[in-house]
Amino acid sequence: MAASITITPRAQPRPRWLGWFIRRYPLGAVAGLAILTMGIAAASATWLAPYDPLAIDFLAMFSRPGPGHWLGTDAFGRDVLSRMIFGAQTALLVGFFASLAGATLGGVIGVVSAYFGSTGDLVIQRLADILISFPLIILAMAIVAILGTGTVNLIAAIALSFVPRAEIIVRASALGIRQTPYLEAARALGAGHWRIIFRHMVPNVVAPYLVILTAFLGQAILLEASLSFLGLGVAEPTPAWGLMLSGAAVDFVQRAPWMAIFPGLAISFMVLAFNMLGDALRDALDPKLRT
Amino acid sequence: MSTRRSGGRTVRSAGLAFLVGILVIGLLASPIPAQAPKPGGTLTYVVSAEPPSFDAHRETTFAMLHPIRPHYNLLVKFDMPNYPKVVGDLAENWTISQDGLTYTFRMRRGVQFHDGSPLTSRDVKASYDKIIFPKGDVVSVRQATYEMVEKIEAPNPTTVVFRLKWPSPSFLANLASPFNWIYKADILEKEPRWYERNVMGTGPFKFVEYVRGSHWAGVRNENYFVSGRPYLDGYRALFIRAVAAQVAAVRSGQALIEFRGFTPAQRDDIVKALGDKVVVQEGGWLCNLLVVFNVNRTPFSDARFRRALTLAIDRWGGSRALSQITLLGPVGGVMRPGSEFATPDSELVRLAGYGRDIGAARAEAKKLLTEARVPEGFEFTLKNRNIPMPYEPAGVFLIDQWRQIGLRVSHVVQETGPYLADLRGGNYEAGIDFSCDFMDEPDVQLHKFISADRSPANYGGYTDRVLDRLFTEQSRTRDPEKRLQLIRQFEKRVLDEKAYQIYVLWWHRIIPHWTKLRGWKMGPAHHLDPDLQDVWIAD
Repeated sequence: MAASITITPRAQPRPRWLGWFIRRYPLGAVAGLAILTMGIAAASATWLAPYDPLAIDFLAMFSRPGPGHWLGTDAFGRDVLSRMIFGAQTALLVGFFASLAGATLGGVIGVVSAYFGSTGDLVIQRLADILISFPLIILAMAIVAILGTGTVNLIAAIALSFVPRAEIIVRASALGIRQTPYLEAARALGAGHWRIIFRHMVPNVVAPYLVILTAFLGQAILLEASLSFLGLGVAEPTPAWGLMLSGAAVDFVQRAPWMAIFPGLAISFMVLAFNMLGDALRDALDPKLRT
Repeated sequence: MSTRRSGGRTVRSAGLAFLVGILVIGLLASPIPAQAPKPGGTLTYVVSAEPPSFDAHRETTFAMLHPIRPHYNLLVKFDMPNYPKVVGDLAENWTISQDGLTYTFRMRRGVQFHDGSPLTSRDVKASYDKIIFPKGDVVSVRQATYEMVEKIEAPNPTTVVFRLKWPSPSFLANLASPFNWIYKADILEKEPRWYERNVMGTGPFKFVEYVRGSHWAGVRNENYFVSGRPYLDGYRALFIRAVAAQVAAVRSGQALIEFRGFTPAQRDDIVKALGDKVVVQEGGWLCNLLVVFNVNRTPFSDARFRRALTLAIDRWGGSRALSQITLLGPVGGVMRPGSEFATPDSELVRLAGYGRDIGAARAEAKKLLTEARVPEGFEFTLKNRNIPMPYEPAGVFLIDQWRQIGLRVSHVVQETGPYLADLRGGNYEAGIDFSCDFMDEPDVQLHKFISADRSPANYGGYTDRVLDRLFTEQSRTRDPEKRLQLIRQFEKRVLDEKAYQIYVLWWHRIIPHWTKLRGWKMGPAHHLDPDLQDVWIAD
């Protein structure tokens, strides 16, 4: 009868994590609150938005911000506030799925590459080096050019451009645990490669994974806005912040500056919030940075 | 009160004296009348795209015409100040036989190519043979336009004769196509595709250089056959793709004009910056946006569904609003609003989708949807080009209009190449198409709507022999009244009864240019500009 040994990490007293995080990282907490607010707004856009974001109203073209339209209207008379609220759906949808897919795929490749090493690792690393040498937006633009425009293709393009970046970061963490005794022990007990990878290595790279995930969220929102601004993202009349900054917003920036100012501010604040939350999470989850 | 009147008289007198003084000084100071053309100077202008090749017989784009046209002449051309009057260019005069089957052109004498060789009727025949009867792998996109031509003859060096199979009222205007450049017969004989990558004509300007991504330059042809022309020493066409940069180029004076057209916002931007240094020419544009339906897809195969789609569009309201923010403007049928054969508004409103009562039209549209068994919330895709102006706003407008009769439309925006491939291959449900022509002529404007097996420009995929018959009849009818009736019947069938393809709006052309650019009058087609023969620059 084979002996069975279960190796578990030493039990740690579980801190009241959220309270500790808010006290220790107030800026990160504020950023998290802003993101949560945006998430709630996006989820309840149908009830929250005062107007149909797609409805053209030629009688209200270029209306100034005021009681009728709090953030004014655009060149088609569409309510800017409503389009921004619905635009948050696009930003979060693209941002969340693109960063989740990119970080996860990159993370898995990074762990597998680190575990197996050898020629495969070498090839994957050189490939990642090549891809990472391209600026993020150039890579995403190239992928969009191949796949075509549209929300799904946009998510795929952004996710794929994140993959090499996530792979390199996660691989670096995974390399550190490849030779640890508990992995040796698992191997000695006959655990297969995939069991070792997914049962023992992956949980140990969750911290860097979460950090890059939040960092990617901000970048993905910015990329979505940039690509939409360049006409490579979602198409009109879909409400999207980047799209709201392009076209008529540029042509009529002097006549109706609110068309560009409010979506521009939304993008800036959201990217800032995701970056601040990412920084705070990095500090909170990395024991080396804790004093 | 009286003091104020007295003061007013004093001011008026002083003002009058000042104006008279200015006038006298002005008259004494100017050696020539203010409007007399002044020779010299180099004209710089913007071209927003680069020529795919240098051969006008195979191309359709202004990007080739605008920089290269000044190197060439035509047999006959449109007299732009008196458009659509046709005048001789290389032809001195012409006669048309009583039966309308023979056109005889007498050529100008003393015309030389830029290499010094004389131009003869042989060159004209060789050029038109290339356009109408291309051989081998030579591409001529306007070949079908001249299907009435039986043969071309050059009985002597100064005479060209076109013999037609049937009388065609549009033939002379068709010869004035700005694409029908006259090439040298000897060159075409040796190498029929030589002109795709080389330049050598008889035009007012000789070729200097083409720097891809930068500019195209020409210099005055000292041996030009029109005495005293051109006025300019040379020209420089700057290739600037970004619209903002085009506006900046004109605003800064780096370029004096862009000959295609700007939007109202760009016009306002330039006018605001330049004040009285700029003048704006505006008018109808022989371009339009239309929607083509793939009749091989359900429910687009049902005329009731297509009629519902056109009934839902508030063209009059859209025109008022979109003309403020886009190039789009005039409401029209198959012929350009304001042109000779255009349907007046009083008759246009009787066509489906052109009524003034949009509420009633949409109610009828919903009824048709029910009859065609199209459910509420039915979804389809609208394919569009990724060119922001005016395609994107047109897409936004249409989607909104169709939402109002309960339809849900996805906007699929593509690069021009894949977009055209999808339209040509029938891989679409509804698509925004465009039409830009060089002259108001039913043969040209209606060609797009005849059966797909006769017109490669018809992406709808339908066959309608009634339309084909009406097209042929109007094309051969020399009585203008009868021709007009046939055109009206054609229009009603295309836009109303069958709604195979429907118009969104026609375009409105806006050209702001520096006041010092003189001798150029905007026409209804950007393809007709410019040969630069009469253009000059004032101080």
